Amino acid sequence: MSILFSQVKKGADERKKIGVFQRIIMFFVSHIRQAVGSLGELWRQPMASLMTVAVLGLSITLPGTLYIMVKNIEKMTAGWDQAAEISLFLSPQTSSSSAQQLVARLSTWSEIDSVVYIPADDALEEFKQLSGLGDALAYLPDNPLPNVILVAPATKHTTPRAARALLERLQSQREVDSGKLDIEWLERLYALVNIARDLVFLIGGLLFVSVVLIIGNTIRLNILSQREEILVMKLVGATDAFIHRPFLYTGFWYGFLGGMLAWIAIIAILWWMGASIQNFAALYEKEFYITGLTGSALFTLLGVSVLLGVIGSAMSVHRHVRSIEPS
Amino acid sequence: MISFEEVSKTYPGGQQALVKVDFHIEAGEMAFLTGHSGAGKSTLLKLISIMERPSVGRVLINGHDLNQISRRQIAYIRRDIGMIFQSHKLLMEKTVFDNIALPLVIEGYTHKEISKRVYAALDMVSLSDKAKLYPMMLSGGEQQRVGIARAVVNKPPILLADEPTGNLDPKLSMEIINLFEEFNRAGVAVLIATHDLGLIARMRYRTLTLKKGRMITDGLGGSSGDFQ
Repeated sequence: MSILFSQVKKGADERKKIGVFQRIIMFFVSHIRQAVGSLGELWRQPMASLMTVAVLGLSITLPGTLYIMVKNIEKMTAGWDQAAEISLFLSPQTSSSSAQQLVARLSTWSEIDSVVYIPADDALEEFKQLSGLGDALAYLPDNPLPNVILVAPATKHTTPRAARALLERLQSQREVDSGKLDIEWLERLYALVNIARDLVFLIGGLLFVSVVLIIGNTIRLNILSQREEILVMKLVGATDAFIHRPFLYTGFWYGFLGGMLAWIAIIAILWWMGASIQNFAALYEKEFYITGLTGSALFTLLGVSVLLGVIGSAMSVHRHVRSIEPS
Repeated sequence: MISFEEVSKTYPGGQQALVKVDFHIEAGEMAFLTGHSGAGKSTLLKLISIMERPSVGRVLINGHDLNQISRRQIAYIRRDIGMIFQSHKLLMEKTVFDNIALPLVIEGYTHKEISKRVYAALDMVSLSDKAKLYPMMLSGGEQQRVGIARAVVNKPPILLADEPTGNLDPKLSMEIINLFEEFNRAGVAVLIATHDLGLIARMRYRTLTLKKGRMITDGLGGSSGDFQ
């Protein structure tokens, strides 16, 4: 492409024109050439490259691991949400028949999935068997336990908020002395998980910014060390984009290799922690397997890493290549 | 081909490098530009390759006003101007072949075409057997010829040379000038800045003389080239 001599006959003997098709092909060839060249450049300085890749990789490993932990806790507690159950303790003077009437009444409510009535005598019997106190309980003058109704809310009303509203309605029933929702501790856990998730994003954000700055500085040093070459390239007609590309690809490779390192590090950390988490889960007689990086999460991890590398180098390249001008 | 219209250049700090310079070089013409060090020869060449912009006046190439050329377009302008420097400006860690191929790689030629043209350019400067060597392994004259091969490899219509014979003995200098004559016969406009008066006197080409930024003579070498 010539600006000065587009229409006019050339001063020199006619120059072979580069066709549009060849121009497009060569654009990609040139990209591949520069991408491979940048990788080779990293390979020629293995120690320096390795350090940069390690900084990037480890900076992504921390938020990555924390994110997986939060995800797993969310997965683990997701099932518990549905188990929300309301226990209604009936007032002592409620007779067995009025309790039955209440059960019949509650069964018609649309918010309620099922109702189970546990008479005080049955409860005492069950307690006697489970507690191991046995005959000792026989010395009690009378049954201290109230009649209990267990209410399972319909699926739509299992969220903490809806369940709480339902509890309030149930408590206003005449026969009910008090009611208890078994999700208060769950709400606290959710709040904690929320804080943890916010922390992950905060730590991640700070580390990502520092990664961008580190890559930017590394690329800046690369640009300065190739000052002469950039000057000559500008003199013989290289566009800024052409000069930028090798540095952008260097950023790309830093990001890609850093992402791979982070992936390996996360797998190692999960494997190492896996055993202690299994132990912990076993204490609660729960089968629990930690889920690692899924395909899409791995893709996101690599994507974020590559993006950080390219942003860092782009920032540096736009500032510093412009300042190198032949004079 | 190259026109200067009342061009002045004042550097930041007040140093006047060029004052109202006015001349025209035809397509396919060969001319020398001479004067003391600091007379403004390099500045004049830099205005053509847009390494500097004029403070006043216009520089035109092929009728295009260079003041209208944006920063992004400069690269494309330089592809039409072959530049040769006293200091060669070769890349020392690249082979002779890669140095000469650089302008072609930038323009997006195929590998086959690049190889063909680089060897043609090497043949012109008689360095065909040195393609795989590094510039450090060559003599000063050979390095200068590599620089020339790089400047002409994409066949630009304009060739600018800033003191191309500065470090060379008279015999080598003559060889270099003969190379320029060869390109000029092929239709390339050549402008050579030099303070080697002896060389100019022998050549009898048009000579532009600068003194303290002003163009004092414009005529045939030898007859009016005396700026002492």
